[in-house]
Amino acid sequence: MKTGIYPGCSLTGSARDYNESVFALAEAFGLELNQIPDWNCCGATAAHNLNKELSLALPARILAIAEKNGIDEIIVPCAACYSRLVVTQHELKKNPELKNRINEVIEMDYRGTSKILNVIEWIDKYIIPVVAEKTVKPFNYKVACYYGCLLVRPNKVLNYDRAEDPQTMDVVMTKIGAVPVDYPYKTECCGAGFSVSRTDIVSKLSGKIIEDAEYRGADAIIVACPMCHSNLDMRRPDINKYWATEYKIPVIFVTQAIGLAIGLSPEKVGLKRHFVDVKIS
Amino acid sequence: MARIGVFVCHCGENISATVDCGKVAETIGKLKHVALSTEYKYMCSDPGQTLIKEAIKEHNLTGVVVSACSPRMHEPTFRKACAEGGLNPFLCEMANLREHCSWVHEKNELTTEKAIDIVRTQVEKVKLNSALQPIKVPVTKTAMVIGGGIAGIQSALDIANCGHKVIMIERSPSIGGHMSQLSETFPTLDCSQCILTPRMVEVAQHPNITLYTYAEVESVEGFIGNFKVKVRKKAKSLDEKACTGCGLCTTKCPQKKIPNEFEQGMGMRPAIYVPFPQAVPNRPVIDKEHCTYYLKGKCKICEIVCPTKAIRFDQPDEILELEIGAIVVATGFDIKHADFFPEYGYGRYKDIIDGLQFERLASASGPTSGAILRPSDGKVPKNIVFIACAGSRDPAKGIAYCSKICCMYTAKHAMLYKHKVHEGKAHVFYMDIRSGGKNYDEFVRRAIEEDHVNYIRGRVSTIFERDGKLFVKGVDTLLGAMPVEIEADMVVLATAGVANSGAEDLAQKLHVSYDSHKFFAEAHPKLKPVETNTAGIFLAGACQNPKDIPDSVSQASGAAVKVAALFSQSELTREPLVAVVNRTSPPLYSTCVACGMCKPVCPYQAIELEEFKARDGRVVKKAARINEGLCQGCGTCVAVCRSKSIDLLGYSNNQVYAEVVALLNDY
Repeated sequence: MKTGIYPGCSLTGSARDYNESVFALAEAFGLELNQIPDWNCCGATAAHNLNKELSLALPARILAIAEKNGIDEIIVPCAACYSRLVVTQHELKKNPELKNRINEVIEMDYRGTSKILNVIEWIDKYIIPVVAEKTVKPFNYKVACYYGCLLVRPNKVLNYDRAEDPQTMDVVMTKIGAVPVDYPYKTECCGAGFSVSRTDIVSKLSGKIIEDAEYRGADAIIVACPMCHSNLDMRRPDINKYWATEYKIPVIFVTQAIGLAIGLSPEKVGLKRHFVDVKIS
Repeated sequence: MARIGVFVCHCGENISATVDCGKVAETIGKLKHVALSTEYKYMCSDPGQTLIKEAIKEHNLTGVVVSACSPRMHEPTFRKACAEGGLNPFLCEMANLREHCSWVHEKNELTTEKAIDIVRTQVEKVKLNSALQPIKVPVTKTAMVIGGGIAGIQSALDIANCGHKVIMIERSPSIGGHMSQLSETFPTLDCSQCILTPRMVEVAQHPNITLYTYAEVESVEGFIGNFKVKVRKKAKSLDEKACTGCGLCTTKCPQKKIPNEFEQGMGMRPAIYVPFPQAVPNRPVIDKEHCTYYLKGKCKICEIVCPTKAIRFDQPDEILELEIGAIVVATGFDIKHADFFPEYGYGRYKDIIDGLQFERLASASGPTSGAILRPSDGKVPKNIVFIACAGSRDPAKGIAYCSKICCMYTAKHAMLYKHKVHEGKAHVFYMDIRSGGKNYDEFVRRAIEEDHVNYIRGRVSTIFERDGKLFVKGVDTLLGAMPVEIEADMVVLATAGVANSGAEDLAQKLHVSYDSHKFFAEAHPKLKPVETNTAGIFLAGACQNPKDIPDSVSQASGAAVKVAALFSQSELTREPLVAVVNRTSPPLYSTCVACGMCKPVCPYQAIELEEFKARDGRVVKKAARINEGLCQGCGTCVAVCRSKSIDLLGYSNNQVYAEVVALLNDY
């Protein structure tokens, strides 16, 4: 079994902390992660709003390269990239004609044989079975697990977790000692791509997500998506200004929390890169 | 020598507009063995039928082909005409020139050619037809009604009032069904119990009705007029004759914390209980799953306190074997409960209840004696949200259909709330208001205009609890999809109506079809809405699809009429179009080799193996035999028979071959 990783743009840019924590976990648990060579943009939100063929061709090229390199499963830590890759696989599987057309476009032979995993599935498969013996500092905090949109939607395509009330991240967090709070905002919109063009909308929406997490007594918000993280963390000053508040609750990637629990240093898992200070470690 | 008469019908212009009927009649008239070929504008009319009758006599016809519409339309008409003309009715065949040709093709020569081909096949077939006699089967004039809700009650009373015996089976300890749980009924707001309970008593007291409660159908065999039904009468742990229904046992039972099914879990009951005070029969049963004696072997307090010594702990279940002529299925429906909705907390929040629970809250006989008090802390909700279409019309939830009753009962709920909590605010989220029905829309308008219920067109995305309030987040699509957030004290979900538990199991026992939602399937959606595809089994009420009380009652009476019609004769006449396994003289007896392949494929359990014995009693031969009372003539056994020993009367292999060969040959 050869495991590959598709980092996408975020993990090499705004979510370097996420990238560092994923690789730190891989190293600590002795897991191999082969970066897909010559990878390209997944198309993100732009492609599928403009051109359907383009939105399928971009992920298809990534998947075809992975197949060519003998990669059986691809870890996609970014929820948006994960969604684009899975949607592409789904669309091309149910429409062989379209698959042939896309193969013409990318001038490669995409077959759809690689399995695509999100970061929680990867953790579930490789880390959870052995995490107990490696845990040295149980993550004894109350956490609000925030899933956002793309990790579990569209449910029909991803067929992953319960779309309205997902549980997988909560279960993972209990394995390292955390206590998830009953958190109704776990799939509410954070504002997503408006992070760039309409920070006021992000401030409004993300503010509610943070407010409810604090109200429920959570010590941290746990995320598995770079976009959610940047909206809840990097945009915190805007949020606090918009709502005239001083929310201090840190936003931590699920991989970072596991890293801390098995004794990795905050630097090693990228915690120092956060905008909101993480006082728990 | 066959002498066939062919009668080509124009069907007004339905056929003649695209088919050259004159040419068809002329061409067919030249065929061998065709003694007469003629055409007429309306063959089904009186002159048309007379034409056929007279031609049979005049030309001494041995077979008739009427080339007209579908046999589904007029086959009985023309077979009757032939019989009146002195010909065996099964020597008449129809060539379908309308549905199979003129309606689906343009006017041209090919269409006429096709019409000629269709008629030719039937001419060849009818030459091989044999005279058949209708099958007569006796009728047991006792009906069984399964389910004691309002539909079952109505059916049972109607059949019983026609003078026929009725056996009613109800699986719970009392009849009454969901209607007995309702507070008031739309669109008149009259009390549900007040109109129902007299009918329940009438069932119990009717000399023609035998009522078995706490009983379930075990198995069903046989066929129309002659069903053999086994019923399991579950042990009530009670001598019903000795019990006076004083209720002392129910007050002394130490188990008091069992969720009460009748109150939809909003109240508690003891282990020995009567479901509700107006129950029929008003006798307790012991719930063995919760009774201390059955669980731990000690207690027996009910036995000690019973003044008539009616408790019977060692009572076994009883199996009744009943002879039944017709069955009415009236097993009703259930609703999805609040735990079906992840977005509304999977039933985690106590103050999110379903429609039936609200009925109990609003009912004078309910756990709060009719006061609207929320379950969590017993306070009067000041702000209440009703969500119509919770689950219904939602393919993502697997329920694409409309549950039909929710729009109306939601309006009723909101109205009842406003009548009891004058200062309270009621909001209704809806997709569409479906209020078709006599005085129904007026009723909804009354809720909106007179009782000032706030109707919001839009759906609710999520509900969560905070500070003891339920935050209902939805959208108002009439205000440009504006997000709406209401802080409610209580939320009522009009959850989807679904098939009752055990419906699939019962349908399989009855050999009746059901749809993908486990609702019982009618034989035809428009013209046979109370029949099932199994003769002698009828449907009443919400076991077919969610229905309100008036619809259930109407259908129940419809089913009763079908039963009464069946019972109006002492023998049933059926078309003899059944499969037969051939019989020959000994020592062969039959070409059947008793391989038994036909037996499992028969959907009607009509096939058994017959033994032929020598004089000394030795079995010398086995061969399949088909019960003509059960056989529906589907022909599946004919297809699987390896020795070609089975033929379907009226559609024999030779007849079908003749049709095919006619198409292959030029004329």
